[in-house]
Amino acid sequence: MKISTDEVTKIAHLARLEVEPSQKEKVAEQLSHILGYIDKLKDVDVEGVKLSSGAAFMNNVLREDEVKESPGPLVTLANAPQRDEDFYIVPRVVK
Amino acid sequence: MEYHELTIESAGKLLTSHQISSFELTSALLDRIEKYDDEIRAFITVDKTMALEQARRADQDIAANNILPLTGVPIALKDLLCTKGIKTTCGSQILNDFIPQYDGTIVNKLKENGAVIIGKTNLDEFGMGSSTENSSYQITTNPWNKDHVPGGSSGGSAAAVSARLCCAALGTDTGGSIRQPSSHCGVVGLKPTYGRVSRFGLVSYASSLDQIGPITKNVKDAAILMNIISGHDEMDSTSAKVDVPDFTKAFDKFEKGSLKGMTAGIPKEYLCVDGIDPEVEKVFNEAKRVFKDLGVKIKEISLPHTDYVVAAYYIIAPSEASSNLARFDGVKYGLREKESDDLIDMYKKTKSKGFGPEVKRRIMIGTYALSAGYYDAYYGRALKVRTLIMEDFSKAFGTCDFILSPVAPAPAFKIGENMDDPLTMYLTDIFTLSANMAGIPGISVPAGFSSKGLPIGIQMMGRRFDELSLLRAGYGFEETIQLDKKFPDF
Repeated sequence: MKISTDEVTKIAHLARLEVEPSQKEKVAEQLSHILGYIDKLKDVDVEGVKLSSGAAFMNNVLREDEVKESPGPLVTLANAPQRDEDFYIVPRVVK
Repeated sequence: MEYHELTIESAGKLLTSHQISSFELTSALLDRIEKYDDEIRAFITVDKTMALEQARRADQDIAANNILPLTGVPIALKDLLCTKGIKTTCGSQILNDFIPQYDGTIVNKLKENGAVIIGKTNLDEFGMGSSTENSSYQITTNPWNKDHVPGGSSGGSAAAVSARLCCAALGTDTGGSIRQPSSHCGVVGLKPTYGRVSRFGLVSYASSLDQIGPITKNVKDAAILMNIISGHDEMDSTSAKVDVPDFTKAFDKFEKGSLKGMTAGIPKEYLCVDGIDPEVEKVFNEAKRVFKDLGVKIKEISLPHTDYVVAAYYIIAPSEASSNLARFDGVKYGLREKESDDLIDMYKKTKSKGFGPEVKRRIMIGTYALSAGYYDAYYGRALKVRTLIMEDFSKAFGTCDFILSPVAPAPAFKIGENMDDPLTMYLTDIFTLSANMAGIPGISVPAGFSSKGLPIGIQMMGRRFDELSLLRAGYGFEETIQLDKKFPDF
């Protein structure tokens, strides 16, 4: 699979990343190289094979819904990079 | 006896018989870190005051005859495990100032059993790498030869045990990150069965593959740590409700020189892997002979999908990573880029500044594999191949008790040698990725040295929840070749 610089821009946007314009060519080349190798998966006959999303071999794990003590905002927000008392501050969302 | 020579087992004996104190032991190791870690660079954070305070408390417990399996024993933790009040960076600039408000389940279990947390060790950023060169803080060196990498991603933990800066350490293993650095540093590393050990408080890289496990000076210590860290945890819904045996019982019935009744499988596909170093092959063949002499039956087996393991892994792990690492958005914790136009712009600037190149690369591969139009062709197909890989192992374990293989195709490479070629680096994970894909346990035990004096390990993989067989076989091997007494000369 060949990845173009336009696709790099698109993937980066989906991933919420920025790629420097000077780096796009290099990133496209590296991703193409890796995905080119991964293309060998096309050689495997997977007709009728089930998906394995994990190795836990469990279905839904349920428990009673219990009320427990909350650690409170002092603890929960302790690492917030920007806060106003009990609230996180984020850049303006609605324009 | 020197303090740094002590294992968990031997330190425990001396501590409980009052021949040494935890304060003396911890101080001696802290002095050793001060003396040698400028060169090894195994630790990101060492909190001396906290470690010595824990040691003093352990000494009080011992005086009061309140003795638990790890009382007073200094243990290092990979900096991907949340420690209350101690910075947890994950090797990333995005968590440069992150101080967890809680201990992960496993950290808690170590503390409840009396351990002294001596420090947090270096790693490839978020566990993504095979050399620890992807840490945004420092490059850890291999204690056997400082021009070489220690392996990764738990390179700091493996180097710290090898350089004897702690009695033992914990690492995490998503695709070989415990076993491969243990092999490169000449120590023992065990990746438990998926679900054996709680992941609560382990910062997620690829949740269906991640496991915490011990990195130790010998096999017995690995069993001691397994006894403590194993078991169901209601905080991790993927942790298994399976009985936990006493892992130290693996050695009880061990008659010197005999592993009779066990069968080891050798996958024929592993021997024709491209680029396998002749020195690794030599050590592997020698190990095979040792097992034969111990009475183990050696049998050729087949894992037909071996050739597709790396490709499937490098879709599944990055896909999970792209989802898991979305949480580092500059809002709840970690770095925030303040100069931004709007919310999306803030996300982009924060992530682009906070993540290193390999993390960005994997996020982008995962994002691509999960994006509309490509999901079935990449992620869906990789999950089907994962099923086939699991079936290969189920079939193989019908005819053998453990699978014997090399850990890595070559001894530790030189620092910088593979940094420009991510794919070549990925391909070196060929022997270790399968255990994570199939969810089975794997152990790496020192087996020999290259002509340049770099350690080479061997790997044993076992049936799900049968760590006991791996510990037993590993112990028999270790007892025979006695490499657990060999450490770098300082």
